Amino acid sequence: MNGARRWSAKLAPPALGLATFALAIVIIQVLIEAGRINRFIVPLPTQIAASFGRVIAEEHVLSRFLLTAGEALAAGVLLTVVGIGLGVLLYRFRLLRLACETWVAALASAPLVLMYPLFLVIFGRSAMTMVMIGFVAALPPVILKTVEGLAGTRRVLIDVGRSFKLTQAQQFWKILFPAALPSMFVGIRLGLIFALINIVGVEFLINFGGLGQLINELAERYDLPGTYAAICFVVLVSVCFFAITGWIERWLRPTD
Amino acid sequence: MASVLSERADDAAPRMKAFDPILVVEDIVKRFDTPDGALTAIDRLSFEVAPGEFLAVIGPSGCGKSTLFNVIGGLLGGYEGRVTVGGEIVRGPHAAIGMVFQEESTFPWRTVIENVAFPLEIAGVAKAERLERARHFVALVGLTGFERRYPAELSGGMRQRVSMARTLASEPKILLMDEPFAALDEQTRLLLGDKVLQIQQELKQTTLLITHNITEAVQLSDRILVMTYRPGRVKRVVSIDLPRPRTSQIVSSDAFGHYVAQIWSDLREEATRGMQDAEAQSLHPGAAR
Repeated sequence: MNGARRWSAKLAPPALGLATFALAIVIIQVLIEAGRINRFIVPLPTQIAASFGRVIAEEHVLSRFLLTAGEALAAGVLLTVVGIGLGVLLYRFRLLRLACETWVAALASAPLVLMYPLFLVIFGRSAMTMVMIGFVAALPPVILKTVEGLAGTRRVLIDVGRSFKLTQAQQFWKILFPAALPSMFVGIRLGLIFALINIVGVEFLINFGGLGQLINELAERYDLPGTYAAICFVVLVSVCFFAITGWIERWLRPTD
Repeated sequence: MASVLSERADDAAPRMKAFDPILVVEDIVKRFDTPDGALTAIDRLSFEVAPGEFLAVIGPSGCGKSTLFNVIGGLLGGYEGRVTVGGEIVRGPHAAIGMVFQEESTFPWRTVIENVAFPLEIAGVAKAERLERARHFVALVGLTGFERRYPAELSGGMRQRVSMARTLASEPKILLMDEPFAALDEQTRLLLGDKVLQIQQELKQTTLLITHNITEAVQLSDRILVMTYRPGRVKRVVSIDLPRPRTSQIVSSDAFGHYVAQIWSDLREEATRGMQDAEAQSLHPGAAR
């Protein structure tokens, strides 16, 4: 009985999420069929669903999906290592933090994707350009959330560490880091979203690479159901990253 | 009825010399810089604690109790006077002093057993051994069966017991506690008091309890040091001559009531000063204290 209740409690949230998603699709379908939304701008969800097979078979979606996901993953690894490192530095050195925090926050709102010609000049028309644009554009949220997480560590936990005579390294790895992990993961998830948007955006702009290029080509052919189907694959990349980061976070901090 | 022993702060010194103290607090003066000038939180505070003794320090809010806790624990520097443990001057956190904090201080990302084993992990004790030793302290605070639970799955009282077990696992010579049950309801507080008495009697643990709760102080202590309101000084030292082993049932005895009444008569004047000062501050912010 308890087991059944636990399972229903576990399955209820994803079931509700799927039901809400399905309801939204049905509403859009009804609105398009009723002429409230122009079907030449937004295709019917049933048309999009029907186009999946064609897009997968004819447009090499798997390799494009893997390419975009790989670029986003590489950017994600870079921004996790560098972003958390810079966040720790800013936390550790107050002067640096006071001097740079506003600039980092300002960088978050800068449309770095428009600087793609500069990245093209530096890194060439290659996957490295996508990775570096994704990395640079996604860095601010990781840095800021790392600083926030470390600075938000409850004073009493730090005092517990001091009372046990922890070294600075122990204080960081045993207390500050695990305490800041939830905030760091919020930053990493935000960063991955920023990275993915910028990577797909540049692929679209320079017509090179993975899913962004596919969306560009399908849009140029005015294949709207195919375009939306390709966008769904970008969403799928994002869903995969959310699932993976959630799994890593639960592994590192099982209680959350 | 047990006799009610008390002594003025000035009379306390000769009495305290009768034992070989493990903790000596000598002439502590701690000032803080505030926008209104220097604020003396503690002024020439001295006392000693004998091995195995349970001493409570009681005083109204604002008398410098938490400052004293941090000074003795080595978390706060920049004071005059000195604190020694077994003859060794405390210049920072000291292995002989184990601290239990007022705020909930368990690590939420660690299970109960991992929390309790934490100081042993820091000391480099092998995993199997530290878990075995941690289990002993988990049992000591009455949490057997909860080893694999996370703090979020426990009540406030259970979490404080985890904190206490974690500190005890480091096997300190002196257990220093800052109002560890302040956030708990009265009944839980009394029951946890029983647990503290049981632990203290079992381990013969020297304990220094900082509190503002008179009942708790009388229930647990051998002596109670009453502090004045700001600046914190020793107002009186009261010896609690109640039989041991004790339980929370002692709160219904006449002698207990006498001690409570006596300490309250000392504290009332100080608490009133504190309240008047707080009211004056809210009426005239920035007025000299």
